[in-house]
Amino acid sequence: MPEATKADDDRRNGVQIDLISGERMEGLASMEKIRMILDGVHDGNIVILEEGLTPDEESRLIEVTMAEISPDEFNGIEIETYPKSGTRDSSLLGRIMGNDESPKKLTVIGPANQIETLHKDETLISALVSRS
Amino acid sequence: MGLFTGLKDSISRATDRLFSEQEPKRIGIYGPPNAGKTTLANRIARDWTGDAIGTESHIPHETRRARRKEDVEIERNGKSVTIDIVDTPGVTTKVDYEEFTDEMEKDDAIRRSREATEGVAEAMHWLREDVDGVIYVLDSAEDPITQVNTMLIGIIESRDLPVLIFANKIDLPESSVKRIEDAFPQHKTVPLSAKEGENMDEVYENIAEYFG
Repeated sequence: MPEATKADDDRRNGVQIDLISGERMEGLASMEKIRMILDGVHDGNIVILEEGLTPDEESRLIEVTMAEISPDEFNGIEIETYPKSGTRDSSLLGRIMGNDESPKKLTVIGPANQIETLHKDETLISALVSRS
Repeated sequence: MGLFTGLKDSISRATDRLFSEQEPKRIGIYGPPNAGKTTLANRIARDWTGDAIGTESHIPHETRRARRKEDVEIERNGKSVTIDIVDTPGVTTKVDYEEFTDEMEKDDAIRRSREATEGVAEAMHWLREDVDGVIYVLDSAEDPITQVNTMLIGIIESRDLPVLIFANKIDLPESSVKRIEDAFPQHKTVPLSAKEGENMDEVYENIAEYFG
């Protein structure tokens, strides 16, 4: 069908951005979140998480990413997150307040060969995304 | 609570936990690629056991698998600690074999990148399961505020592991220890040059005091 062909062409010519809400992630187990992210990245998408990942999930994301790197196919991810507000003392205060695993931070994840961070500070992530 | 009170309490909690264990502490040496982790691990191992741990190189991911030196007893100022040093591959979120093809043939570059990915995965797994404390090595001539460093320090903090930050390569003219202290003021930062052996007394004092 002509419509389907046009949609396919658009997908080939563009870069898909998946903006995943905190609500969507809330009901998922850690490995389900990681699978959702990496499936998107493998498809060449840029994945933006409204509420980020916990440190434990970040650690597992790195581990699973490493297991899936393959020469000439997938060479890993770029990941950028706003620094947690008050990063400089969040561990101490976080422990005192019992909330140091708060995932409330926007996170951008994309294929390493397509995304390049141009600038990052506490309020802005500026990224250049290229077609593979 | 002030920052220094918090830091003191944090150290106290960490050392209390370690004091309760009789086994050697498994201290993981973590950090980004090319920060000088193996050079530091070798210097510590040579100084206290006479043997090195592994090969040092300017090529990223020379350390592809974690290597361990067991029962390294460090004594300073009446304090001592016996540690197993675990030298880990530099943590990264991407490994591209083409980065190595200037230095080696394609097949070797692919093999190296495969080993590097397995090593990083292992290192991350061990950080969650098997490490009692962390020496986090940073190149003081580089900007420490990177996503990997921020993530790794966050992961280490979330596991409540005691961590000492070592600002390596102070022999380089562009070195800035203050930049590291400013980036992670909640942790003790110790300046050193593992290559030149500079400030190693303070390194050992801190290891014995903090992990002992």
